[in-house]
Amino acid sequence: MALLEVRDVSKSFRGLRAVAGVSFGVAEGAIVGLIGPNGAGKTTTFNMVAGVFAPDGGEIGFAGRRIDGLRADQVCGAGIGRTFQIVRPFAGLSVLDNVIVGALERSASVAEARRSATAILEQLGLAAKRDQPASALTLPDRKRLEVARALATRPRLLLLDEVMAGLRPTECDQMIAVFREINRRDGLTILLIEHVMRAVMALAQEIVVLHHGEVIARGAPGAVVRDPAVLECYLGEETEV
Amino acid sequence: MNRRAAVLLGVLAVGLLVLPAVVSSYVLSVATLILFFAYAGQAWNVMMGFAGQLSLGHSLYVGVGAYAAAGIFFHYGIGPWAGIWLAIALCMALGAAIGFLAFRFGISGVYFALLTIAFAEFTRIGFDHIDWLGGPGGLFIKVAQREHLDLLNLRGPPAMFYYLMLALTAGAFALCAWLLRSRAGYYWQAIREDEQAAQALGINTFRWKMLAVVISSAMTAVAGVFFAFYYNNLFPEQIFNISRSIEIILGPVIGGVGTLFGPILGAAVLTILADAITELLAAIGVEIPGVKQVFYGLVLLVVVMFLPHGIWPTIARKLGLAKRD
Repeated sequence: MALLEVRDVSKSFRGLRAVAGVSFGVAEGAIVGLIGPNGAGKTTTFNMVAGVFAPDGGEIGFAGRRIDGLRADQVCGAGIGRTFQIVRPFAGLSVLDNVIVGALERSASVAEARRSATAILEQLGLAAKRDQPASALTLPDRKRLEVARALATRPRLLLLDEVMAGLRPTECDQMIAVFREINRRDGLTILLIEHVMRAVMALAQEIVVLHHGEVIARGAPGAVVRDPAVLECYLGEETEV
Repeated sequence: MNRRAAVLLGVLAVGLLVLPAVVSSYVLSVATLILFFAYAGQAWNVMMGFAGQLSLGHSLYVGVGAYAAAGIFFHYGIGPWAGIWLAIALCMALGAAIGFLAFRFGISGVYFALLTIAFAEFTRIGFDHIDWLGGPGGLFIKVAQREHLDLLNLRGPPAMFYYLMLALTAGAFALCAWLLRSRAGYYWQAIREDEQAAQALGINTFRWKMLAVVISSAMTAVAGVFFAFYYNNLFPEQIFNISRSIEIILGPVIGGVGTLFGPILGAAVLTILADAITELLAAIGVEIPGVKQVFYGLVLLVVVMFLPHGIWPTIARKLGLAKRD
């Protein structure tokens, strides 16, 4: 059975159907990409998994239990970490303190959280900036901090919402390397929304394509990017991958 | 804390301890008032400075705490050391009620502040109708011999009240310093900075905001008990007045919201300057009603414009003390 199981999930906002009957699964240890044009319902799907709001219909299962309708903090407690598309650092706190807040979720004491946060900052190349206020960071660093904070909660599933957007290709490659490493070493399962196809192709073992709130294709990256329906609605005929 | 900060803190502590021996009774009363506002400001700061929940109705807790302890002392002769627990329990219950209403139903920001004002206001009006506590005519505790020290019933000379307030302020400072470094401190600051992001990191924001309100109201209740036994008279119109709430928050706002020294420094600056102005005007024979309030407004204006983070962060940097404190 898959670690994350999204079954027939729907969500409307004042009559606008953002997500309609979406189903997909994410196997333990896998990296799955969620792609699609703007307004396809990717972030809405994410927010339902993360507990920001409950689906109108359908079920979301995680590690064998229902999580739809749980609050965001309960979803995090269940083992799902997330980043936000528009980064939300705790601007007034230092970089280290930002990550400590996340690490406290699985730490018995602040001292233990500090050790674990320091290790994660090393891993993401932010160790040198640990004492800077988060508000002083550049956008790529803020994205890294967003990831570091989510990782600090020691999730089994990490939800990444466009963490590559705005990064230069080399920065993007560094980020890809980090996720590969965490996935390989810790077996962390990742579900990522991404427009940067370079990242999706490099990371994802499976891709789910959303369009108008519905799944129009899913499968191995190589096959999905040649799918005529996907080419027409999202990638376009000329896209090189 | 670095070496320099420790030395400065030591000098300050010694200075405060010997103060009653070297100054006049007038200066001592001003110092006691400063400590009172420093303590109450510190209590308010737990809610607003740490957890980002703006209360404009902290006079509620001062008033209820004061009336609770004074009431059972007046009627049953139960001393303040017992009364203080009643005061704390009542204020915690009130804080929890306000917090529950607000946080359960998603009331935040300005609307939360309005709710805190509403509670203080209807309590003020309500107390006007409680004859058992004197109603609008006020509740008076018997003023005892000033020389006779009765610590059990908090009857004694001004120096006793000064030392009591000093102990409370030091205790509140230590408590807040500890809280800020604990899990609660991290969670509160995360909630203050971005509640949704905090929740995504597994923080039950409802629970931690409730904790902030309950701690803050309990601390403020103690200030109320002190107030009752120091001034010996309580009037709903005065103690629950919104201007009291504003006076409590001016210290931390001017000193630096969310900092540990801000409330203390702010209270000192405001009280000393306000008193100096009153004295000065009296000396030249001018009497202008409400000059203190106008002065508070001006100081607030200047600080908000030129030192939006308060006086303390600037001074701390100049003195080479902690980076963010």
